[in-house]
Amino acid sequence: MFDIQTQLFEGPDIRFGPIDHEKDPEIEARWTHDSDFMRMMDIAPARPLSAAMVKKQYEKLEKQMEEDKNFYYFTIRARDDDRLIGRASIHWIEWANGSGHIRLGIGAADDRGKGYGTQALRMLLRFAFAELNLFRLTAFVPEYNEAAIALMKKFGFTQEVCRRKALERDGCRWDLYVFGLLADEWQKQAKA
Amino acid sequence: MKELFRGELVRLSAEEPETYAKADVRWQRDSEFVRLMGGELALSSEKKIKEWAEKRLEKGPQPERYPFSIRKLMDDKLIGFLSLWVDLIHSEAFVGIGIGDRDSWSKGYGTDAMKLALRYAFLELGLQRVSLTLHEYNPRALRSYEKAGFRFEGRTRKEMMREGRRTDVLWMGVLREEWLELQNGVNS
Repeated sequence: MFDIQTQLFEGPDIRFGPIDHEKDPEIEARWTHDSDFMRMMDIAPARPLSAAMVKKQYEKLEKQMEEDKNFYYFTIRARDDDRLIGRASIHWIEWANGSGHIRLGIGAADDRGKGYGTQALRMLLRFAFAELNLFRLTAFVPEYNEAAIALMKKFGFTQEVCRRKALERDGCRWDLYVFGLLADEWQKQAKA
Repeated sequence: MKELFRGELVRLSAEEPETYAKADVRWQRDSEFVRLMGGELALSSEKKIKEWAEKRLEKGPQPERYPFSIRKLMDDKLIGFLSLWVDLIHSEAFVGIGIGDRDSWSKGYGTDAMKLALRYAFLELGLQRVSLTLHEYNPRALRSYEKAGFRFEGRTRKEMMREGRRTDVLWMGVLREEWLELQNGVNS
């Protein structure tokens, strides 16, 4: 079926939207003060950011999207009141190879464990494979991020690489996993 | 103290922008070389390459990037280059190497240079881990990296499209303690 009726940016409880430069910086700045969240999202050192700093980041990010043409960024918003609950992106797209990397995060602790991540990833995959026509997606996940690992497996990602002891956190060395999903693998599970 | 920049067959050095540009402009026209390395297939002028090198020179040494050129000990010929990109937070470096001079392929120069890169990473930079990626269609590189001490850690499937064929990218890494153990083995 040629399905252009089913909205790409609408899920049951969430939707993808653009950045709201007025309202979002303050909310995202709050998330950056949650070191657990920051350490799950990024291997760069966690650091608290002010709303003004987040605002600058958003501007940089939109400029990058416009200039590099290999990067898509979505805010994840609640359907009922449009409040910001997370972010999802596809970056480092290599058009000649049909490959890209994904990232996804639900910012507030209250919003986690409600299936929003699952809905967001389902939408992100459809966008990557059915709209951008990518051939494969890659995700880097630290071994301590169990929720992300479970989510990857749920969507049929294969753990392809184990970068042994590649991260240093809390005085320990941790493995960094590389997950991959191919377009035909996505197709099979999207149909099922 | 160990000699850091001199191996058994090659030495690591730094080049003037002009010398580097003259060599690189020749090497990048060898598409097999560039495809084995994984670089971009684009031809830049000698002038442009020289300008990039000069810009780097102006910026001065960067704490996260350690570029070297590779010269044969026998005749001091410039045969390739090697670069370490360092993540100081996680104490890891990614390394990239290319022997542009085809006459110097399969003679152990690359392996010798890579051994120097690891010695530098662990003994001078004090890192915990060194990593690299390579193309599955480059088995010569795989053998060389294994000889230098790298271990295979997995493959990202069909990541590249070359000549209409999907090919994997291979990932390797070597940990500080593994490398130190190898050195003990050599010395005893």
